Amino acid sequence: MSETLSPENNGVNSGLDALVAEASANAGGGEEAVTPVNAQKNRPLYQSRQKVYPKLVHGNFRKLKWIVMALTLGVYYTLPWIRWERAPGLPDQAVLLDFPARRFYFFFLEIWPQEFYYITGLLILAALGLFLLTSVAGRVWCGYTCPQTVWTDLFIHIERFWEGDRSARIRRDKQKFKPANLARKLGKHLSWMLVAIATGGAFVFYFDDAPTLAQQFLHFDAAPVAYTFVALFAFTTYLLGGLAREQVCIYMCPWPRIQGAMFDEESLLVSYEIDRGEPRGPHKKGASWDDRGDCIDCGQCVAACPMGIDIRDGMQLECIQCALCIDACNEIMDRVERPRGLIGYDTIQNMERRKNGEKPRFRIIRPRTILYTAVWALVGIIMLVALLNRDTQTISVLADRNPLFVQLSDGSIRNGFEVKIINKEHKPQAFDVSLDGLKGAVLLRGGATDADNTEVDVAPDDLASAKFFVALPADRLGQLKSGEAAFTFKATNLETGEVSSKEVNFKGPEK
Amino acid sequence: MSEKHKDDITGVETTGHSWDGIRELNNPLPKWWLYTFYACCLWAVGYWVVMPAWPIIWNGQWTYTEGVIGYSDRGSVANELAAVAAGRSEVMQEIAKAPLAELAQNPKLSEVALAAGKAAFGDNCAPCHGSGAAGGPGFPNLNDDNWLWGGTLDDIHTTLLHGIRWEGDEDTRLNTMMAFGDLGMLDKQQINDVAEYVLEISGQKYDAKAAAKGADVFAQNCVACHGENGKGSQQLGAPNLTDAIWLYGGDKATIEQTVSKGRSGVMPAWGGRLDEGTIKSLTLYVHSLGGGE
Repeated sequence: MSETLSPENNGVNSGLDALVAEASANAGGGEEAVTPVNAQKNRPLYQSRQKVYPKLVHGNFRKLKWIVMALTLGVYYTLPWIRWERAPGLPDQAVLLDFPARRFYFFFLEIWPQEFYYITGLLILAALGLFLLTSVAGRVWCGYTCPQTVWTDLFIHIERFWEGDRSARIRRDKQKFKPANLARKLGKHLSWMLVAIATGGAFVFYFDDAPTLAQQFLHFDAAPVAYTFVALFAFTTYLLGGLAREQVCIYMCPWPRIQGAMFDEESLLVSYEIDRGEPRGPHKKGASWDDRGDCIDCGQCVAACPMGIDIRDGMQLECIQCALCIDACNEIMDRVERPRGLIGYDTIQNMERRKNGEKPRFRIIRPRTILYTAVWALVGIIMLVALLNRDTQTISVLADRNPLFVQLSDGSIRNGFEVKIINKEHKPQAFDVSLDGLKGAVLLRGGATDADNTEVDVAPDDLASAKFFVALPADRLGQLKSGEAAFTFKATNLETGEVSSKEVNFKGPEK
Repeated sequence: MSEKHKDDITGVETTGHSWDGIRELNNPLPKWWLYTFYACCLWAVGYWVVMPAWPIIWNGQWTYTEGVIGYSDRGSVANELAAVAAGRSEVMQEIAKAPLAELAQNPKLSEVALAAGKAAFGDNCAPCHGSGAAGGPGFPNLNDDNWLWGGTLDDIHTTLLHGIRWEGDEDTRLNTMMAFGDLGMLDKQQINDVAEYVLEISGQKYDAKAAAKGADVFAQNCVACHGENGKGSQQLGAPNLTDAIWLYGGDKATIEQTVSKGRSGVMPAWGGRLDEGTIKSLTLYVHSLGGGE
């Protein structure tokens, strides 16, 4: 393939001539044919992977993808370094998944293990948002923001830096062994590994104080588990982003299979306008555009495709809808002086409408999107209400099970309880424990402290456990129905007066 | 039987077998799999050299190849146990040295002691007293507020150290509930009467006529240990007969049996069998169960 595509080089015409030459070479099955290697017809199941050589394109979508890549990678690498002031003794990292202390911190939010449903809710919101986005504009997630796509895009760019663009890479791969080529490959793989290690390195910073851990890394005295996870994520990044690439999307990922259920005929999908493009064929400058389609069969959409398919084959599972073929085709359309958008975001319905001579239309608001938005909003509201009503103190009570109850010498029955009080405030709190609903019952403190002491002190952001005995005098045992009676433990916050309560059963002999 | 046969579509050789016209491709093993397999074989050979591996007969005895680094699972477990014991010994010695009252007030030591006591209780005491220390007929419930020999820390400690009616210990706690019936000291009628009297003083249903006669029997035979009012004595280890707690049972048949046959339950002396730190831990744990005095 000729490398004289740029207008600055030989002018538009010769560039076009080169393209036409290329296209006719394709038709003739020439040596450097632009073949969609992963198109269904070219991809029998018993064949090994054929390498894809994506070509660099220029255009609005490529620009958008650079911006998205900078944003996503920027967030990923810098988020653990953002500081967030909390109470003394608590970590000052904005986003921290602290497994040893069993706390998740997200800026102002702090999640205890028993509050994991907030994470669940967040994931449900993300899933529904994904459904909504997919029903509006197809696989936007796959094409722009999926880590697999972002890192693969970055890795392809690194490859381009070392080995040149598509044609140069194809040429070098076909050459016999050359030290220069080996050096280029070595440089590429080393750069990939550096990115991979940085990726794995950034990952572990989410789980420990980033500056401390970074220092430990420099002194080689970080925890072995940190090195293990760096190695694991470095390896998977290198493997999936560098070596496996499009195979991850085609064979490993379940989303391409699921997303078919979220599209409908009004979803915006990256598509080739068959009605405008066909019949396709090489076009000589100055020749008539009558009785033929706008597609000059230059193969640039195929050359640009990181998935190795041909968008002109229609919607297919392999297409991640990254929109690079749109840029590739628009460049060509500009050159042959035909309108842009032969490949573009289009709906299945519009293709039908154009075929029937109707005006294309696009509706964002339709039952499917309304439904997704409604469910998304509903879950969001539930989450918000749950978050605003989050308890800052809770009591839980565990009744002794062995023995269930003890008879005392005066005939009264005594039960033992482990009372646990959680204080989510970032300051110490004191609670008074009392009983409700069991007439005549006497509350006694177990353990080393004074039996009449019903005050439990809880450290900031902590849980305190206290042993309590409840004794029911012999003449009050009538309250027990078939050996048990429900009553309530109450913990009253001595500062705020807020009461948390927990109903438990008092057990006695069955009469 | 088998002949070379190539699949038309793939050009790959088949296994030569045909099942209802279906043939299986004889593709080679995937290379990554094969090399992993070879690597595992090499690894295994290295493992035989380095680690204990093969059972062999040596000098007429079954033994095994020990491997050049001399690793042993049993040895490493023993080392770990020794390390744990060493790590514990310091605090256990502190517990052993501390006076009981001080131990109870020291939050750091008492936390360890309560945990150690719970573990030791499960190992040594649970067979008789039950894992929840709720006891059973003949085995005292340690959760309640009734103590035969006293429920203070020192009392519990003494009982643990020397046991009850334990022959091997000179300082063991000793008393006797005599077999008044078997020894011929009381006849059947007297036993019936004294049982009715005990029912009366413990607040149960009783026969007033028999109980009145039983009061005399009680005064002549029982007050020496159980006291005039039947409330017993912790010095003598005599149970309080007026409360709701019974070691063997408070119904009339059991009381008659106790009077007639006597009782002499035994608790082993743990001094010398368990170290002082463990015994103090047990003392603290039993005291914390809810009835400690």
